[in-house]
Amino acid sequence: MITKRIIPCLDVKNGRVVKGTNFEGLKDVNDPVELAGYYSSCGADELVFYDITASHEGRKLFTDILVSTASKIFIPLTVGGGINTVADFERVLGCGADKVSVNSGAIRDPQLIPDAANKYGSQCVVLSVDAKRVDGSYHVFRNGGRIDTGMDALEWIRYGVEHGAGEIVLNSIDTDGVKQGFDLEMLEAVNRIVKVPVIASGGAGSAEDFVTLFKTLPGISAGLAASIFHYGEVSIKELKELLQKEGIAVRL
Amino acid sequence: MIAVIDYGVGNLFSLKCSLTAIGADACITRDAGVIHEADHLILPGVGAFGDAVKKLRETGMFDLVKQEAQSGKPMLGICVGMQLLFDWSLEFGEHEGLGLIHGTVDAIEKRIPQDLDIPHMGWNSLSYVKPSPLFTDIPEGSFVYFVHSYSAVDCEEDTVAVSEYGAPLTAAVQKGNVFGTQFHPEKSGDIGLSILRSFCALKEEPL
Repeated sequence: MITKRIIPCLDVKNGRVVKGTNFEGLKDVNDPVELAGYYSSCGADELVFYDITASHEGRKLFTDILVSTASKIFIPLTVGGGINTVADFERVLGCGADKVSVNSGAIRDPQLIPDAANKYGSQCVVLSVDAKRVDGSYHVFRNGGRIDTGMDALEWIRYGVEHGAGEIVLNSIDTDGVKQGFDLEMLEAVNRIVKVPVIASGGAGSAEDFVTLFKTLPGISAGLAASIFHYGEVSIKELKELLQKEGIAVRL
Repeated sequence: MIAVIDYGVGNLFSLKCSLTAIGADACITRDAGVIHEADHLILPGVGAFGDAVKKLRETGMFDLVKQEAQSGKPMLGICVGMQLLFDWSLEFGEHEGLGLIHGTVDAIEKRIPQDLDIPHMGWNSLSYVKPSPLFTDIPEGSFVYFVHSYSAVDCEEDTVAVSEYGAPLTAAVQKGNVFGTQFHPEKSGDIGLSILRSFCALKEEPL
């Protein structure tokens, strides 16, 4: 039986995880490799490394981290942040990423999606979309959710999937940071129009929010979160035990 | 030594890392001499079957891999590398495979309920059909990581494990010394490493 995936996202800047709390047994909470190992041992089904570095030196540190992580942790690793060209795919795939997430880069150049999918396969192209309600429809935002592109999110996602995106990460700006639960309405709208897996992101404040997500929308294949895992508010192991108790299939 | 066959398809970095992690002496190569000398062969693969088989032929690996497998050397195909072991694939047309295991590769979509996502992506559990040395150390029901839209059919005779996704999908096959996993052992955590370890411990056996 296929299981629902729980995916922690690590924001990395200049080779360090930017936020975090002290987990038991963890020497350096800001060391991405150590944190990745910790999450993997707790039952994380995949990991996302998000590079928020702007400098060239930071990029180098980031790829060093990828290499170290991929040498030690054998679960799927997705990389996002600063992916603008097929050469960026090459750079991170060669260092151990399994999937690459595109966002603003694909908005600037939509041809990036088919070009990357043709070269590396759809399984490796994740379209990450930051969306927000504007005048009764969902708009795509870029640059970390700061700029309204005016594009319709559902149309953009449909384009992405038709041109080779193998997975969608939908981050609702409306619920992100509010910690009142995932944006079920927006997720439902997206899940209805695509056949590829949809990952819910933005809004998780408790383990119960994941239960509600998978019970209300059984078609959603994964839940992604950052701060609730980093700050130790929700432990992945306890979350998965709760999901199993609620009758939702997870890998334990 | 384990030779991971490099025919220009996909990302071999994590496979190499996982083999290193289990202490295997592995190299990524398309050198006929090295492949011939190797004790074990791994045939990786991602993307479309047609492209993979084309590259396998262009790099001269098609006939070589076939000969080596027929010599009795343990060989493991992973994901599209597993699919290449079969007679045919119906992915975007009709493509001839290595024909080391009888069966056809066809779209999952035709066999599962419409509401399920394609690709079949994520962690799914293994159900055993018959014993295989690859899984001796792995409890039934263990989870492994899949990502694929096509899978092998009409290969009941050589199927050793299936995974349920609206229908039983072929998860692993074995015919003598030739093994295939539709899932990615190199991405399946400790379970995956254990499967790779079992493969690396295999001895030569006639097909």
